[in-house]
Amino acid sequence: MALSYKDYLEQSQLPHMWCPGCGDGIILRAYTEALAELNLAPKDVVTVTGIGCWGKADDYLSTQAFHGTHGRALAFATGIKTANPDLTVVTLMGDGDAVTIGGNHFIHAARRNVNLTAIVTNNYNYGMTGGQYSATTPLESKTTTSPNGVAEPGFDVCFLAEAAGANFVARTTVYHAVALKNLIKEGILHPGFSLVEVISPCPTYFGRFNVHPSPVNMMNWLKEKAIPVQKYRELPLEEQHEHFAVGKLVKKDRPDFYTTYRRINGGKKGAEEGDTNGR
Amino acid sequence: MVSEPRKIRIEIDKKSCKRCGICQGLCPQAVYSLAKDGSPEITNPERCTNCRLCDLRCPDFAITLEVLA
Repeated sequence: MALSYKDYLEQSQLPHMWCPGCGDGIILRAYTEALAELNLAPKDVVTVTGIGCWGKADDYLSTQAFHGTHGRALAFATGIKTANPDLTVVTLMGDGDAVTIGGNHFIHAARRNVNLTAIVTNNYNYGMTGGQYSATTPLESKTTTSPNGVAEPGFDVCFLAEAAGANFVARTTVYHAVALKNLIKEGILHPGFSLVEVISPCPTYFGRFNVHPSPVNMMNWLKEKAIPVQKYRELPLEEQHEHFAVGKLVKKDRPDFYTTYRRINGGKKGAEEGDTNGR
Repeated sequence: MVSEPRKIRIEIDKKSCKRCGICQGLCPQAVYSLAKDGSPEITNPERCTNCRLCDLRCPDFAITLEVLA
């Protein structure tokens, strides 16, 4: 029987805790829809989360789940995937989790090319704790801890993953809901470390101080800011600073951590067995 | 060639809806309008083309679309 996205949701936990117009619900919808289209049984999928608004996502999922400490989702996920290579492992992290407190785990998971998928929700601030600035908050953006504008430039999460060696790197927004679902699917199917960065609106904090508190205006703002990657690369530098590229940024076939480890430590047989399910 | 317009049943779960207005604000066919309290109402169901964008973009899993034969 074909699975529906509802089969991956823990209905008794809904409605969720996120604010009206928060992008987290849209990403959770896309993630569950992607799992349904891939026809993966909920028991064969492990969702690993950290801390933050997006870290609560595992509460609403019927997949296997591991709710870890702040920034360490990828460290736990690396262990889970390496010990159980037949499971599909997906980590859900916010910008605070992935590249601020957990930045080191992020670059090393990409460097090792561990065969898992990271869905990083980037809403440019720490929403759960009151809207403080994070390592992705753009220069001069106002947050509760930078009322005059933040004096540091933000990380480009995709460039970071690319430079560290990730096999699959893509960026999209919650406005592009169909592309979001398809990129998550492709990330899960692609061997090695896959990153899908999703730019997501936080109308409550980032929107209120920098764009607009209305969810609809935040969605239209995402539409204006997002430029397909081929077009983005042709833009003059000053216009690039005003926008971000969306689409598939990197797709390559570097052998994943498990396969390389088995080749070096497990003899010929180990290398041939490899990570058979490709996810 | 004449094609019969498809009938789409749209259901909004009022208990899940948080009245963010995304379905009404971004529907390409203006199927929805907003009531005084900000909750969405289905005012032009016949215009729905089943693009499913409201369903996919609803952050609260409140919209269900069903194509009737």
